[in-house]
Amino acid sequence: MSKLHVTTSVNGQPEEVLCEPHQSLLDVLRDELGLTGTKEGCSTGDCGACSVTLDGRLVCSCLVLAAEAEGKEVGTIEGVANPDGLHVLQQKFLEHAALQCGICTPGFIVAAKVLLERDPNPDETTIRYWLAGNLCRCTGYDKIIRAVQDAATELAHEA
Amino acid sequence: MAEAHDLKVIGTRPVRPDGVEKVTGRANFGADLQLPGMIHGKVLRSPYAHARIKSVDVSGALAMEGVLAAVSRSDFPEETDDLGRNVIARDKVLYHGHAVAAVAATTQLLAEQALDAIKVDYDVLAPVLSIDQAIADGATLVNEQMHTNGDASQPASNIAAITKFERGDPEKGFAEADVVVEGEFRVPMAHQGYIEPHACTATINEEGKITVWCSTQGHFDVRTQTAAILGTSISKIKVIASEIGGGFGGKLSVYLEPLAVKLSELSNRPVRMVMNREEVFRATGPTSATWCKAKVAAKKDGTITAATAWLAYEAGAFPGAPVGPGCMSVLAPYDLENFSIEGIDVLVNKPKVAAYRAPGAPQAMHAMECVIDDLARELGMDPIDLRLKNAADEGTQAPYGPKFPAIGLKACLEAAKAHPNYTAPVPEGCGRGVACGFWFNIGMQSSAEVLIREDGTVIINEGSPDIGGSRASMCLMAAETLGIPYDRINAHVADTESTGYCNMTGGSRTTFATGMAVVQACEDIIAQCKERAAMTWDIDADQVDWDDGQAVPKPGVNADVDPLSLADIARTWGRTGGPILGRASVNAQGAGAGFSVNWTDLAVDRETGKVDVKAYTAIQDAGRAIHPAYVEGQMQGGAAQGLGWALNEEYIYDDNGVMENAGFLDYRVPVASDLPMIDTQIVEVPNPTHPYGVRGVGETPITAPLAATSNAVRDALGFRVSELPMSPPRLLEAIDSQEG
Repeated sequence: MSKLHVTTSVNGQPEEVLCEPHQSLLDVLRDELGLTGTKEGCSTGDCGACSVTLDGRLVCSCLVLAAEAEGKEVGTIEGVANPDGLHVLQQKFLEHAALQCGICTPGFIVAAKVLLERDPNPDETTIRYWLAGNLCRCTGYDKIIRAVQDAATELAHEA
Repeated sequence: MAEAHDLKVIGTRPVRPDGVEKVTGRANFGADLQLPGMIHGKVLRSPYAHARIKSVDVSGALAMEGVLAAVSRSDFPEETDDLGRNVIARDKVLYHGHAVAAVAATTQLLAEQALDAIKVDYDVLAPVLSIDQAIADGATLVNEQMHTNGDASQPASNIAAITKFERGDPEKGFAEADVVVEGEFRVPMAHQGYIEPHACTATINEEGKITVWCSTQGHFDVRTQTAAILGTSISKIKVIASEIGGGFGGKLSVYLEPLAVKLSELSNRPVRMVMNREEVFRATGPTSATWCKAKVAAKKDGTITAATAWLAYEAGAFPGAPVGPGCMSVLAPYDLENFSIEGIDVLVNKPKVAAYRAPGAPQAMHAMECVIDDLARELGMDPIDLRLKNAADEGTQAPYGPKFPAIGLKACLEAAKAHPNYTAPVPEGCGRGVACGFWFNIGMQSSAEVLIREDGTVIINEGSPDIGGSRASMCLMAAETLGIPYDRINAHVADTESTGYCNMTGGSRTTFATGMAVVQACEDIIAQCKERAAMTWDIDADQVDWDDGQAVPKPGVNADVDPLSLADIARTWGRTGGPILGRASVNAQGAGAGFSVNWTDLAVDRETGKVDVKAYTAIQDAGRAIHPAYVEGQMQGGAAQGLGWALNEEYIYDDNGVMENAGFLDYRVPVASDLPMIDTQIVEVPNPTHPYGVRGVGETPITAPLAATSNAVRDALGFRVSELPMSPPRLLEAIDSQEG
């Protein structure tokens, strides 16, 4: 079985990878590019720990073949902070103690960032439904929802 | 013990020291390690719930290009214990998913394909799939050598053990009562559901030195267990705990590590093994399915005169269901003269159960707290008033023996009565349910070293994997003790060769016991700093105080000197005896029991059977909350897990003992849109044995939600549903049968 040559962009950087046709984007990010911030919780698209963006759209990277990233822009947790420091969402997750073990945190932050880009002022129900594809077993979601609400408020002030 | 008003740092909510790593994706969890030459291991699992293994042949796998090692039972010492037999099956497979063989190959896919080339010849046996089947006359035996409580004079049985607690004369108590209520309850097998699957990497060098990186709640236990299963010495094994993506008790036992070491030995490569979610469900965790009977009696004024409980717990394939803790917990909130409690540990052909957050308590307390709720209805009493009338307090003898020191149950009940969420009327169309929670908490062994950098900043070295913010708690307690700012301290979870022995992160012991070690190690630092200051000032060490992070002469000591901070002392330590490090180790006693009160308002859709949780409130005694946000987080997380178990989560088996819902789509844990905000109130009745009054807080939160939810559904529907989960199909069936 010959490998596929995939040209893509990850967090704004051009990347070329050789991958097997069956390999998921998640596996290629983690094993070939060393971007282990994207986590594997189920590999069936049920837990959201592997959330990334593909051309700005939120996807479970376990359900995307690496070959599908050809010519696309991939965004991962490693690209969320900027050179000036943490993204507001990352800061708010810390301030609100919105993580306990932290395994689901990258997925939540990637997903919440897409939400706030689409809807800068979501109500609690909107946040809960948008994040319903991301499982957290530690927090009961309360502090996660509050962190996202607080981040939205702060981003609105900055705007 | 320091009074709350004297505390400067404890009780604040700073950002955790490992936080930035975890919100940026930098933190390394179990599956994140890459080593040069690393290959991938996979496990072949039993397709049968119960079968004798006639032969295992791995030669077909080994013949495949890229497959570098394969192991089965013959590669491990014949003499082993239950854990060893769980890690790799010997004479029999005892549940669907039981590990039978493992391979290591250059790619994950190749390893998976190689499993198909392993030949296993089975003699299939009838599976035992429920307590009812297991204890019936003439039942198939899961283990032909198992005798109840080890009594070989009796016939072999699926009942591994019977536990009993008794006091007074329950029959007399029932006879004296005005009201007697009883019930029978079933709770299904449920999984801890940590989001990170089990993962490890192992390597072994030419002199047999083994290194294991893994996601675990206790890396010292991984060392002990792995050495025992491999028949080697713990001195050959170093275990490095990765960050851990949830455990809840499910990452206390090894599953993969001994296999990975053996595969590494045979392939001469580092071997990584990562379970997929299906394997996590089929072969790890879960906690016991239970069948519990509870009976309670009271006078008209609400005084409970007697209570009895019969608790039957599925252990899975090996003895060890948490029925003992269930017996300890079931009546712990009450001060009773007459009771009897009996628990049985029952083998079935399902995965070996693992600890799950307050193991055994939620199921037993579900039964009793439901019956207590029914009693309140019979008596026409408020459920909190009934509990207050009978509540355990300081001096009450716990059902399991010791007398409680200061405990916070009454304080929690009083706080609940006064809480605006309780004084508010039940919303239109909703039911409200109340329940008490309890966990005894444990102490055990911990070590801590406190290292001072030459600039006076501090590193804490300890051995408790940080599963939910414990580094922050350690830093807070150290900052308080040393009198220096929180941000000058970091905490490090050290490997098995870099810190003193430490028991696992479990039993809600970490902030209590490891925290105690950290505080004592900081006191060791202070004692040394006083000596260094005394040397500098040419006075006696007992003439020096440590005040607000500085050495100062005691009042009345004639020394005209400036105070010396930790940084000052560190800067000049070359002149006073060299570097400073503190250490302490404890076998902590006196973990204070943790009590809680929870209630929820919920609505039941009578058309669909779906429950809509409108509000949830948890009140708990934390002794003292070191980092209140993480204490609240434990309370909220436990409530969410309990709601999931009460309303949706269950292992569903077919008649062959095959779990039918081994994935997050069908084993549905609560998602964000299922839950409301979870309101919390922390009560602080300090634990007298901890320097800052800490009680464990991690486990109590899951002990009340099952019953609180059941009682709310009872209130909403007007009749009781005694089998969990109260999922839409089950509730709909109950509603239909009730309405005829």
